[in-house]
Amino acid sequence: MQRHIDDELKELHKDILKMGVMAQEEIFKATEALKNRDRNQAQAVIDADNKIDELELLIDEKCIDLIARYQPMAGDLRFITTGMKINAELERIADLAVDIAQRVLELVDKPLLKPLIDIPKLSIIAQDMVRDAINAFVNRDAKLARKVVLSDAEADDLRNRVHDELVNEYLIKDPKTADRAIPLLLISRHLERICDHTTNIAEDVIYLVEAKVVKHHPEELK
Amino acid sequence: MDNAIIQVKNLNLWYGTFQALINVNAMFTEHKITAIIGPSGCGKSTLLRVFNRMNDLIEGVRMNGEIMIDQENILAEQVDLVKLRKKVGMVFQRPNPFPLSIYENIVFGERIHGEGLSRDRFDEVVESSLKSVLLWDELKDKLNKPALGLSLEQKQRLCIARLIAVKPEVLLMDEPCSTLDPQATARVEELMRELKSRYTIIIVTHNMQQAARVSDDTGFMLLGELIEFGKTENIFTAPKDKRTEEYITGRYG
Repeated sequence: MQRHIDDELKELHKDILKMGVMAQEEIFKATEALKNRDRNQAQAVIDADNKIDELELLIDEKCIDLIARYQPMAGDLRFITTGMKINAELERIADLAVDIAQRVLELVDKPLLKPLIDIPKLSIIAQDMVRDAINAFVNRDAKLARKVVLSDAEADDLRNRVHDELVNEYLIKDPKTADRAIPLLLISRHLERICDHTTNIAEDVIYLVEAKVVKHHPEELK
Repeated sequence: MDNAIIQVKNLNLWYGTFQALINVNAMFTEHKITAIIGPSGCGKSTLLRVFNRMNDLIEGVRMNGEIMIDQENILAEQVDLVKLRKKVGMVFQRPNPFPLSIYENIVFGERIHGEGLSRDRFDEVVESSLKSVLLWDELKDKLNKPALGLSLEQKQRLCIARLIAVKPEVLLMDEPCSTLDPQATARVEELMRELKSRYTIIIVTHNMQQAARVSDDTGFMLLGELIEFGKTENIFTAPKDKRTEEYITGRYG
């Protein structure tokens, strides 16, 4: 039986997908701005954040409205509550992209400290994780969601490598590099936080699909 | 450790050639409220009526299986039905007080089951029963007034008081709030929550939100079968059976 709520759930689905795509794009653009040392590209990321914030508020409102009007149960209830949580995670991811862009603005006028290898790698991991997490949500794919959760370890390792290199090879050896090393350090941290948020999204998707809570219980991932 | 007060084993029931209950197995826990939900004609009221053998009053009814209440199979031949119906009381969709005074409604059961009880004893029973359903303050000065003059909500509370007067163990409620407005429904639901500390309550309802609000456990029935039975929060957030999910999300309809 077709239900009136189905149309509204479809709309919600589209909105969250849009939010995911926008967040992924901002990470990409912020990383390009870093690689290209492009002030305008970085500023564009910062300026785009308003739109994402507005969409977050709209999605929240729609979810609360659906709960009030329909008293959804079972799968519908899990979809809406998961949607609200994913919405919040995506907004945080977009904020972190803005943080990256702000670090870029701090770096563009200064000479390049070192060729960027690991940070762009970490950015690709982050973007892929966001893409996969959103796909997992859209396609209700718990297997893909689990893959996302397990990729977080790689992101952590890469971030630690960046951290070790910047601290040991630059900050300690030559403290005058701090004005460039520290923003890079922070960028790697922002990217690693993006991966953490994406892991949360994936865990929420597993709950949506399987009604299984794996959050804070990695042993449940099997 | 939760105690099972009612155990249903392999219960089948026929109205003539029509099988209304198909191999029902369930366990109802003491001092909990269990809701039975399902679409019209699924057998939920039939199941409810089995617990105090009210179906016996319908011609052509046939049953097999076991229903253990306090380790006694109530479907057995030798069961004392009057005693059973004292232990397992029923409240109906349309409140049905007797055309007597409020006082006489409540002591009616005591007059049947008791043995030459004193007027004082009756007074005590009336007061405690009406207090249990939060009607004492409203009605203590009107006990001789006709019960039929009460509001629908008061009538329903009176019917519950009438059951409580004979000290049941189980209260069966067949859509008890269907004729009540939302505020009265909320108050009767609150009463149910208070009563469960002393009784076990089984409620049949077509109002899913009510089942979700008020019950500890829920059973979903469809076409005579008990499809799924479990903790209410699990049934309404993550039912195991697709048919349960379809019903509670309104896709079955």
